Amino acid sequence: MKIKNDNIFDLVKSSAGRATVAFFLVILLGVIFNADGAFFKLGMHRDALRQASVFGILAIGMTVVIITGGIDLSVGSILAVSAVTFSILTIHLEWPAWIAIIACIIVGGGLGAISGSLIAFAKLQPFIATLAMMTFARGAAKYITGGQKISTYITNAEGEVVIKKLPEIFKAIDSRILGGNVAMVSIIFLICLVVVWIFLSKHKWGRELFSIGGNEEASRLSGVPVKLTKFIAYTVSGAMCAIAGIAQAAQETQGDPEAGGGYELTAIAMVVIGGTSLNGGRGGMGLTLLGILTIGYLEKILSINAVPESGRLIITGVIIVLAVLTQRKNKK
Amino acid sequence: MDINSLNPIISMNNIGKKFGKIWVLKNIKFDIFPGEVHILAGENGAGKSTLMKILSGVHTDYEGTMRMHSNHKGTLNNHGSIIHPSSPLEANKLGISIIHQELSLIPSMNVQDNLFLGRPLTKAGFIQDEKQTIQALTVLKEVGLNISAYDMIEDLPISMQQLIEIAKAISIKAKVIIMDEPSSSLNNKDVEILFALIKKLKEQNCGIVYISHKMDEIERLADRITVLRDGEYVGTALAKDLPIPLLINWMVGREMTNLFPKMDKSIGKEKLRVENVNIYKSNDPSKKIVNNVNFSVNSGEILGIAGLQGCGSSELLMGIFGGYNKQLTEHIYLNGKEISIINPSDSIKNKIALLTNDRKGTGLILSMSIIANICMAGLKSLATRGWRNKKNEAVIAKKHGSALQIHAASFDMEVNSLSGGNQQKVAIGKWLQIAPEVLLLDEPTRGIDVGAKHEIYSLMNEWTNRGISIVLITSEMPELLAMSDRILVLHRGEITAEYKKNEASAEDILEAAMGKEKVRR
Repeated sequence: MKIKNDNIFDLVKSSAGRATVAFFLVILLGVIFNADGAFFKLGMHRDALRQASVFGILAIGMTVVIITGGIDLSVGSILAVSAVTFSILTIHLEWPAWIAIIACIIVGGGLGAISGSLIAFAKLQPFIATLAMMTFARGAAKYITGGQKISTYITNAEGEVVIKKLPEIFKAIDSRILGGNVAMVSIIFLICLVVVWIFLSKHKWGRELFSIGGNEEASRLSGVPVKLTKFIAYTVSGAMCAIAGIAQAAQETQGDPEAGGGYELTAIAMVVIGGTSLNGGRGGMGLTLLGILTIGYLEKILSINAVPESGRLIITGVIIVLAVLTQRKNKK
Repeated sequence: MDINSLNPIISMNNIGKKFGKIWVLKNIKFDIFPGEVHILAGENGAGKSTLMKILSGVHTDYEGTMRMHSNHKGTLNNHGSIIHPSSPLEANKLGISIIHQELSLIPSMNVQDNLFLGRPLTKAGFIQDEKQTIQALTVLKEVGLNISAYDMIEDLPISMQQLIEIAKAISIKAKVIIMDEPSSSLNNKDVEILFALIKKLKEQNCGIVYISHKMDEIERLADRITVLRDGEYVGTALAKDLPIPLLINWMVGREMTNLFPKMDKSIGKEKLRVENVNIYKSNDPSKKIVNNVNFSVNSGEILGIAGLQGCGSSELLMGIFGGYNKQLTEHIYLNGKEISIINPSDSIKNKIALLTNDRKGTGLILSMSIIANICMAGLKSLATRGWRNKKNEAVIAKKHGSALQIHAASFDMEVNSLSGGNQQKVAIGKWLQIAPEVLLLDEPTRGIDVGAKHEIYSLMNEWTNRGISIVLITSEMPELLAMSDRILVLHRGEITAEYKKNEASAEDILEAAMGKEKVRR
């Protein structure tokens, strides 16, 4: 007994179909409001992708967490911890880049693991645990830096301002490759996406994430290692925040303890617009990619049309509601 | 009761209902007389619930007419007035009340607030608690509940919650009360209370629509029976004109002479033995749910466990399986070798499977595909070094799916969209996939239709034939008696009797389940 809906969304039965439609509607918006042809220039698409990349990396980890039925509010704060840690290690302490990167991922992953432990083992609600981590990590970022931005301008003990050389890694991450057509951060984002995507769709762990989100108790009674799987999910999210933080620092050429404020909401919006259910158990990385592109392009289209920030926020808010409403439409 | 001298309270005529382009009900005729229990029977998916949802104002878009006769003793030319309840609340006001299978009480609210939910007694918009309390206590007394009106619903046992639902129906002065499998969560003692209440409601000229899959209940309660099949009206008959075999025939549209397939079987040597199982209440560790239970089950044997609700049988199986994440048996032997089971993974490794009694809550992942569900328990061994093999998974799911005769358009379908019987088969398929040696089955046929029950009984015989041992919990006495090779009776966590096949009568078992100690052989 199938219940049929007599509306336009019948055309697209799957979440993927609907997310694709949402994306193409945004593209259509760009085609119509093309700002005197600016929309058709390659640079515009490169920038749209580049600007969405940091959010996109956060959304990857967020997807993993949301599939389990959880949420991670701490992503923006962990991003900031990573950004300042990376800047201190490379600019002040002049560590080799790759060691600094690994250190940042360990720090970010570690903070995620703390949230994960609180949720999986101490059975705190994800909202509470990551809300606490959001506050804690922000505090940590400020503590490490003394509230100052970490840049190449350094005030030494005598009160003189010394200008350090910007480490090569900053330039490398903020560079463009393939003839200047693709930003390096976008490549980093896509690599993260593909790796996590493969784990989600082909690895036992991915299947178990979905089953926990669908029904935790049934999963436990089927021998799924519920606690470990959840713990790993938040750790992965933390590691993604670390990578996003490094990219953010490179783009800003500094480590800002205030960086990433409010980013968690954009990341959640990207996941939800893609069609991953906040209740857990349904969704996927492909959907999130569509969500990332939808929001990324929307922001870019609004900005090339010189819509002021106030208008951008209002329109984005409306689009999120519309997208989620269509996602819900065929649920029954 | 002489129906001819009365007008029905409600008569439904030519009722039809479509979802999209598919007819789920066609030309249904159904009426309810005052003071009768009218059984609405049919397999799952026959349209019983849809029909009752129309009557109770949930579905407002239907064909046909419903008439209500306000004057029960009116003359025959009283055709009544057409009603068309557009919401459950409106149906309530008309005197139609439905008690759903899944209770619709709000657990975090107290008894009286639930009783008056949606129609509180107010003065200038403010709730009059004291007035509500007085009225609540009156109606609670009527259903024989001696509780405070301020008790939280979540603190009360399911059976009491059920009675509160009925109290709610009484308090709105319902003329028609629809009960959708009300006994499915009740133990035998509470069922008796329910039946006594039904009798009382009948005396007060209430019309009762009763939906049930349990034949013994139908036999006991029915005044009249209406049968639906695949959304169509099969017929209505007085209960005495419709003996059970004929009723089943009407329901399934085919002869089913033997619900329980017979088979000669050979029982092998001991497969599983548990010694000194003790399970303590989680919120009160001084109380035992299961007290020093010992049993063994042989290869190819079905060991039935009988007991009233709260006897600890479900907890016993859950505990053995490792569902409480600790070892609760002093010793557990599989094929004569002592093993250790601390969590479900240990059980799965030892090929012991537990089919839980709540397939939606603890058995299946409804949002995932049939394939994913069937492959869930064995995922570890199906994936090489953690990487899944999708093709292999599909092949395995197909293999078990077709052996179990799971009917689905595609095995990539979400389990959510399957019927109860098919869902149960998926839950069973999950455990067959690990090639179990011991199957612990907790209510394997709960809430599924007669046809699917028959299939599951045949499957159980097939499994025992392969040497699998089964421990079976069931609240349906005929099932217990027919399927078990041996029966243990539990009372308050202790074994009070043990019978061989054909040794025990239903009366004996009930007696032992109610605590009368028998000598255990």
